[in-house]
Amino acid sequence: MTAKAMYAQDHYKTNVFPSPFHSRQKELNKLKEWSRWADYLSVPAYYCSSLEYFAARNSCAVFDLTPMIKHRVSGPDALAYLNRLVTRDVTKLKPGRVGYSVWCTDQGQVIDDGTIFHTREGVYRICSQEHQIDWFLTSALGFDVEVVDETHEVAALAVQGPTSCAVLKKMGLEGIENLTPFGLKSFPFEGTQLEVSRTGYTGDLGYELWIDPDHAEVLWDRLFEAGELHGISPMGSDALEMLRIEAGFILAGVDFLPAQEAVRPTHTRSPFELGLDWLVDFKKPVFNGRRALMAEKEKGSRFALVKLDIEGNKVASDSYVYSSNRKVVGHVTSAMWSPSAKASIALATLEQPHGKSGEDLFVEIYYKRELKWSRVMAPCKVVKDVFWDPPRKRLTPPADY
Amino acid sequence: MSDDVVIIGGGHNGLVCAAYLAKAGRKVTVLEAADQVGGAAVTREFAPEFRVSSCAHLLNLLDQDIRKELALDSHGLRMAKEDLITVSLARDGNHLYLEGSSVDGGHVSDQDQVALKEYRRFMERFAKVIGKLHNRIPPRVASGQRSDLIALGKVALDIRMLGRNDMREFLRIAGINIFDVLQENFDNELLKGALGLDAILGTHLGPRSNNSVFTALHRLSGNTGQMPGMVSLPKGGMGAVSDALAAAARKHGAEIRTSTPVARILMEHDHVSGVELANGEQVTADTVISNADPKTTFLGLLGARHLEAGFAHKIHNFRSRGNAAKLHLALSGLPEFTGLKKEQMDERLVIAPSLDYVEKAFNHAKYGEHSVQPVMEIIIPSMFDETLAPEGQHVLSAIVQYAPRELKGGWAAGKAAFTETVLDLLEHHAPDIRSKAVMAELLTPEDLEREFRMTGGHWHHGELTLDQFMMLRPVPGSAQYATPVDGLYLCGAGAHPGGGVMGSAGRNAAHAVLAR
Repeated sequence: MTAKAMYAQDHYKTNVFPSPFHSRQKELNKLKEWSRWADYLSVPAYYCSSLEYFAARNSCAVFDLTPMIKHRVSGPDALAYLNRLVTRDVTKLKPGRVGYSVWCTDQGQVIDDGTIFHTREGVYRICSQEHQIDWFLTSALGFDVEVVDETHEVAALAVQGPTSCAVLKKMGLEGIENLTPFGLKSFPFEGTQLEVSRTGYTGDLGYELWIDPDHAEVLWDRLFEAGELHGISPMGSDALEMLRIEAGFILAGVDFLPAQEAVRPTHTRSPFELGLDWLVDFKKPVFNGRRALMAEKEKGSRFALVKLDIEGNKVASDSYVYSSNRKVVGHVTSAMWSPSAKASIALATLEQPHGKSGEDLFVEIYYKRELKWSRVMAPCKVVKDVFWDPPRKRLTPPADY
Repeated sequence: MSDDVVIIGGGHNGLVCAAYLAKAGRKVTVLEAADQVGGAAVTREFAPEFRVSSCAHLLNLLDQDIRKELALDSHGLRMAKEDLITVSLARDGNHLYLEGSSVDGGHVSDQDQVALKEYRRFMERFAKVIGKLHNRIPPRVASGQRSDLIALGKVALDIRMLGRNDMREFLRIAGINIFDVLQENFDNELLKGALGLDAILGTHLGPRSNNSVFTALHRLSGNTGQMPGMVSLPKGGMGAVSDALAAAARKHGAEIRTSTPVARILMEHDHVSGVELANGEQVTADTVISNADPKTTFLGLLGARHLEAGFAHKIHNFRSRGNAAKLHLALSGLPEFTGLKKEQMDERLVIAPSLDYVEKAFNHAKYGEHSVQPVMEIIIPSMFDETLAPEGQHVLSAIVQYAPRELKGGWAAGKAAFTETVLDLLEHHAPDIRSKAVMAELLTPEDLEREFRMTGGHWHHGELTLDQFMMLRPVPGSAQYATPVDGLYLCGAGAHPGGGVMGSAGRNAAHAVLAR
């Protein structure tokens, strides 16, 4: 059964679909483990999450992005609608550009984050972690727009890593090297259009490829053929999780609770509380959450989301964070041993006024060695910069590996 | 910042608001779309030389403090008749006469006589709790402000002060339906029908709908008449109230422009900057107060795009389904009502012979049909007000339910049939009504919506139920008259404490503006 069965009115038989790349994933998935991501089957790791991670950092890794929720916004009021929906000023987003943003409730609490693609004049795609069609349609009242969930109409791959540009060039995407970060360009491909954006979730040089599902398999094949001598490798979600923490990217449902899923009002977060001040543009006369966020700006925020550099090699998953006088001031939301930074790193949410850059704190780590639990109070420091930020990420044209 | 205030709509609340603001020294301009002030409290000619209160036709909630503070009597407000008795019409002519807590006729038992006294006692007590809220700006919940906590505490204290038994009873019945409460207390169907009617007039509720006790209490919560809930009629019809209010507002310096429809509310960045009229003229003001209903104000005149989505969505969901039609008859002479003496015909006549009758009338409305046997509230105001009809001739004014705003097949097709249905019903009680009727005008909710610019044709600008009352009216975020848009306020029936020709919303709004 394919995603298209959704439209055949027998969607109730299953709500988890094989991806349009499934036939190829099945062959490469040596571990034979599958997980569910939104409406699709996803691969946690094809053969070894560490090796897949290193492919992304040292050569080129391919990740199936199809399950990402995608929406198409079009119509005469598309721009006005988006500008009211998200915190950022979308008028600055020219056709062929991509922007990251969050959108909030009237209370200024983040519902989800995602990327807005200005695919062509007046037509936009919004990708998000969670299904948003309900909120997007609710927000459409009073606007002449069409908002549709196009998740099943678009197959997508992330091609990430230092050799990714070379691979795409070899696949025949002429001029791909001139695409700047957050740029978006369409290429003729096998009788259809292949959209390529220089975006990703790895904090490195990388691209995302968007195509109609009927051309999914041929895209996969052409890509792996072109990448053979460039160290191309399939990558699962476990490796991606490591990559995004190193890059300092937050994840809905992990680093913050989507506001509409929260029962307890204190468990949601504003953009300021996620360190996303730069996304909030008060110069716009109205956007969802503006009034509440202006009040928060005045009054101060409750929380801060920070990056922690932790001493030692233990992974601080779900740890409490303590102040220097050993008072609990927050908890870790994402943690890992970073192979690239060679450090134990974490994202944590702290109660204000904690979280200033350079602040010394402790994390309480429980860890198991050969079935025996131990505990350590590891000193850590709030750091400002992300753990992985290579110059090649921004270089145009990228170095030809 | 200037002190200039523009009020959109010269309905009675807009005029009250204008009068209080002008009195406080503000420069106020009222912009009324119609050619006369008053909104739904107007008197107009509907047939040559026949005049009628064309929407609201009785006064039962006009706040007496407003009447005094604005010296409405000195501006020409006179009552033509006060404290009308309710006559519950019976098919057999053995009618029931209801005056507050005493009842006569209609085969009412001694037991029901006693029960009525007790019913009125507790209903009046409970209504007083609600009435106390009318002249207060509703508190906000969880605002963290001391003043809001104190205001909430006052409400709780008012309820607690009812005493243990009455408090329990109040909390038990405030949210439930009038059918159950009347069944508990009475046997007589005519009596229950008449009492039940008061709960559902002007609403999209049947006697078995939740909240119908609350609507009954709201009706009893005014202080217009000698007894709570008693209805009166000003000389010259309801328009006389509006004329007196307009005179008071003008005396204090307010400018009132009629035939001046507002096309939209203007914004400058995130603040209102005035309004644009239908003729393109712009009137600038830092404060714009809307007497229009919430949907017209926010979704029509302002536009949802100037609001945050959650708020716009709540306004969109504000319930405002009008379900009452208005019948006006020009009569060549006084009709005869079976079993009614001529001198009893200047009272308030109701057709609601039993609770089941009312509920069955409502059943149709749930499915987009009009009642086959409607419920009616009838007055013949020309009997005590000679300004309304030529000598010896009369006007009949009636509220007819149920007539849903969205009629299956549309009102253009359904109106003639409904008019016949209503006249047939009237004919049962007044057999010569058709021969006396020179002219009949039926205003459906669609007509009311068009003529009075009320979304859904709903008199109260929105259902007056617990979920849309006080700090929930119209929706949280605009229940204190200020709205999420800086400089924009509400002052109409869509704001607390709601509809009925009351004036409290207008006065509270003026206070909210002055407190800024």
